[in-house]
Amino acid sequence: MKPMDLQELEKRFQEKIDKEIKIEPNDWMPDEYRKTLIRQISQHAHSEIVGMLPEGNWITRAPNLRRKAVLLAKVQDEAGHGLYLYSSVETLGADREETIDDLHSGKAKYSSIFNYPAVTWADIGTIGWLVDGAAIMNQVALCRCSYGPYARGMVKICKEESFHQRQGFESLVTLCNGTPTQKAMAQDAMNRFWWPALMMFGPSDDESPNSAQSMKWKIKRFSNDELRQSFVDATVPQAEILGLTIPDPNLKWNEETGHYDFSPINWDEFWQVVNGNGPCNKERIEARTKAKEEGMWVREAAMAYAEKRALKKTA
Amino acid sequence: MSNKEWPLWEVFIRSKQGLNHKHVGSLRAPDATLALDNARDVYTRRSEGISIWVVESNYIHASDPSDADSFFEPSDTKVYRHPTFYDVPDGIKHM
Repeated sequence: MKPMDLQELEKRFQEKIDKEIKIEPNDWMPDEYRKTLIRQISQHAHSEIVGMLPEGNWITRAPNLRRKAVLLAKVQDEAGHGLYLYSSVETLGADREETIDDLHSGKAKYSSIFNYPAVTWADIGTIGWLVDGAAIMNQVALCRCSYGPYARGMVKICKEESFHQRQGFESLVTLCNGTPTQKAMAQDAMNRFWWPALMMFGPSDDESPNSAQSMKWKIKRFSNDELRQSFVDATVPQAEILGLTIPDPNLKWNEETGHYDFSPINWDEFWQVVNGNGPCNKERIEARTKAKEEGMWVREAAMAYAEKRALKKTA
Repeated sequence: MSNKEWPLWEVFIRSKQGLNHKHVGSLRAPDATLALDNARDVYTRRSEGISIWVVESNYIHASDPSDADSFFEPSDTKVYRHPTFYDVPDGIKHM
């Protein structure tokens, strides 16, 4: 392609984006737009799938049948969300199996929150409330992403997610109105998950070099810091209703800005966890790799059976 | 890793009697029976459908978006195909 053609194509592409026209799989798009989306959507898919692990561990330990049925439905949803996203990444020409292998080799990342363990039952409620709450804040913004298949997947995911946060909050309401030990368990979960939940929005805007381009392409609609602030503003009153203390001595309402101020985030911890040194990184990847390798014979058998039956039909 | 991936299927769902099937996404499955089962589990966990079609993606043929202007041009120029093209005298109510 001549360089002039490329320039013209890029110009027309940006005009479409500016006019809020969605980009669909077979439309022309800059290589970098495609690459950014493949990276972002596949990492989003991996997060849904890895996110099943800390919660799945509690399905057999849920305190009663109602909570068990709810948790099972939630974990099943996460699997579904992972599948919508893998399908969506395939529309960009990415190979599904390759993206999964990239997760297992450590080349592709996933949300660092899932590298923290869920050690008590209160963690399950807290994950629903804070972790899904933060995810929803992010995903609602992504419903307006310029790439059609990703935006449509997000609409479906957001509809389904709204019960995830509510069930977590409801579970915490029960604990916080329970015995002092139950309340203490909820506070302990809050203490451990608050900061990792804030880190889910990613590095500060001035440390996030790709953000400007993603905003220009309308892959992102709000910056990491804007979304983080919205999450804090929405969550503080909810913590008050629960009677839980947010583990930040500097958290206070700022009349002037109309937002809550909060302490700086420990980015060393964030990067340590992203780079593989969190409490559960190794365990999570081992579990995913094992699932793929040990399930391989089932997939091969299903394929062989389908081929055999197809042959019989034509014979 | 398996050298043979399960084929890709496009999924269409009829949400209720009287409406047409609508494309909702895709999935991978070894054959049509499992594609239907998987489509039910992935795309209709909340009663979104009463009927599912699955079609192997290989069999879908699509118009080329870069030719869309010329491809659809014949109908763009025929404004007289729309009722709004015609003048209706005052006093005529339902036409």
